[in-house]
Amino acid sequence: MPLTTEQEHRNLAKRHRKARIFARFCAAVTWSGVVLLGLLLYQVSIDGFGWLDWQFLDSFPSRFPERAGIKSALVGTVWLIALVAVISIPVGVSTALYLEEFAGRGRIAKIIEVNIANLAGVPSIVYGILGLAIFVRYFALERSLISGALTMSLLILPVIIIASREAIKTVPQGIRSAAYSLGATKWQTTWAHVLPASFPGIMTGVILALSRAIGETAPLIMIGALTFVAFLPEGPMDSFTALPIQIYNWVSRPQEEFHELAAAGIIILLAVLLIMNATAIYIRNKTERRLK
Amino acid sequence: MTQEIDTDTPVAEIQDVPRAPASIKKSGVRWGEFLIKGWLGLCAFVSIVTTAAIVILLLSETLNFFDTVSPGEFFLGTTWTPLFEPSSYGVLPLVWGTMIVTIGAAIIAIPTGLASAIYLSEYASDEVRRIIKPVLELLAGIPTVVYGYFALTFVTPLLRSVIPDIQVFNALSAAIVVGIMILPMIATLSDNALRAVPESLRQGAYALGATSYEVTTRVVVPAGLSGVMASFLLAISRAIGETMAVTLAAGQTPNMSLSMFESIQTMTAYIVQVSLGDTPTGGIAYQTLFAVATLLFVITLVINIVSQVILNRFREVYE
Repeated sequence: MPLTTEQEHRNLAKRHRKARIFARFCAAVTWSGVVLLGLLLYQVSIDGFGWLDWQFLDSFPSRFPERAGIKSALVGTVWLIALVAVISIPVGVSTALYLEEFAGRGRIAKIIEVNIANLAGVPSIVYGILGLAIFVRYFALERSLISGALTMSLLILPVIIIASREAIKTVPQGIRSAAYSLGATKWQTTWAHVLPASFPGIMTGVILALSRAIGETAPLIMIGALTFVAFLPEGPMDSFTALPIQIYNWVSRPQEEFHELAAAGIIILLAVLLIMNATAIYIRNKTERRLK
Repeated sequence: MTQEIDTDTPVAEIQDVPRAPASIKKSGVRWGEFLIKGWLGLCAFVSIVTTAAIVILLLSETLNFFDTVSPGEFFLGTTWTPLFEPSSYGVLPLVWGTMIVTIGAAIIAIPTGLASAIYLSEYASDEVRRIIKPVLELLAGIPTVVYGYFALTFVTPLLRSVIPDIQVFNALSAAIVVGIMILPMIATLSDNALRAVPESLRQGAYALGATSYEVTTRVVVPAGLSGVMASFLLAISRAIGETMAVTLAAGQTPNMSLSMFESIQTMTAYIVQVSLGDTPTGGIAYQTLFAVATLLFVITLVINIVSQVILNRFREVYE
């Protein structure tokens, strides 16, 4: 039975109303995510801001909240990230270069590729157990910075490899052909042309991967980074603590003051992450413009 | 300035063509290239070694564990008290704890994440996208220990003011923060999937008189469904492996309670609990660590593989 004009009009109005409501609902949900981030940051800053001073940055942890600080955690994190960078960047970028430039499309390349995709999805705590059993126990590196750095490097390697491959893929084939036609070898082409051309993309991926390593807590707890360290590590074999570990320690205590200390620690941690992320976004935006 | 080209002399008669240097004529193996390729291959091999190490380590210690505890007791037992007498090794309470936190997080994050993805890809202007995308990336980059802090100092007190008899450590608070944590992941990945749906499909549906709601729910989302489903699965696998927020918010009480207002313990929280204490190497408590980790590894691996299969096999390719 055909609809009358009036019914059609009503029907259409109803459908459009539904569409409007749906659009507003989706917008409201998304913006509430933004508001939530704002709320979270606000909450952390009103809790922790009062504790942020030079004394907080320059003191060791303490049973007394007013004397506690994050000096050893901050220094530990800097050590850790430096070691992770030294280990994971060469290995990760080399793997990406191998897969993109040298391995071809063979079976081995395919296996490595699938394998890396799966490694990227392994929970971080499993890497922690691996680090505990292999580096801490089997190689007897103890609960040292180097154990933590090796574990963390394995954790972020898939991220670096995947990001670097994406960057290398964007290098135009013409650049390689031009190098070959001038008589360059494969490695000369890769080193002098492909790598510099993909460098900004690789840097972005590396920075994001390292910022993930800064925030990871579970693997460090597994390998036994200490929660109370009243000294500064002086070499890779020293035991250490790191910012997220110190924050975890403070959050898990019942006293209100320690929660506020944790908030102050979180402000420092987020500030470090924000600076790294901003650098990555800056590099990305700058190179996007240049390539176009 | 033009140079005269001698076109009369046949090419074969030109005498003083420089000879190719010997190194090109007799180019054998280039050792430098060979070594570098070897080094790069070695680096690529690290990832294989890592996987092998994880699998061998987890399997061997788990087999040791099964020498003492029967698989039947481990998989079917409903009491988990490995650290004190009388010890009992039924892993179900831990699996249950992980499951209710994950399901709670999924109930929160899947609808909201998908709605955000739809807003970003279908409704938002370019300027709005430029604001919201980085915000989502920032949310995704916040360390999980910070979400734990958020759960303990903000979500739980809020819940306690609404539901007075909720415990200090409870599954609900953990589920909420884990939901917030995986939301950006669902939103950004689904947004990518929806934006890959070609504009012509939308135009066609609009031309038939469909409203934006109908275009979105009956054309765009079905067309991008493989990517959307994959994003759900990856987020769920992330929630299962999530450690710090659930350890801080949900507590350390393995039980199979139906109530989300009570303290529970997830698989990951148990692993943290053992490693914080001083458990001797080789003991049965040390081996439970690997048994639980193996289970966690297998569950997340299966989910990740399923999501890859969905992506590869069911992807609609539009040219």
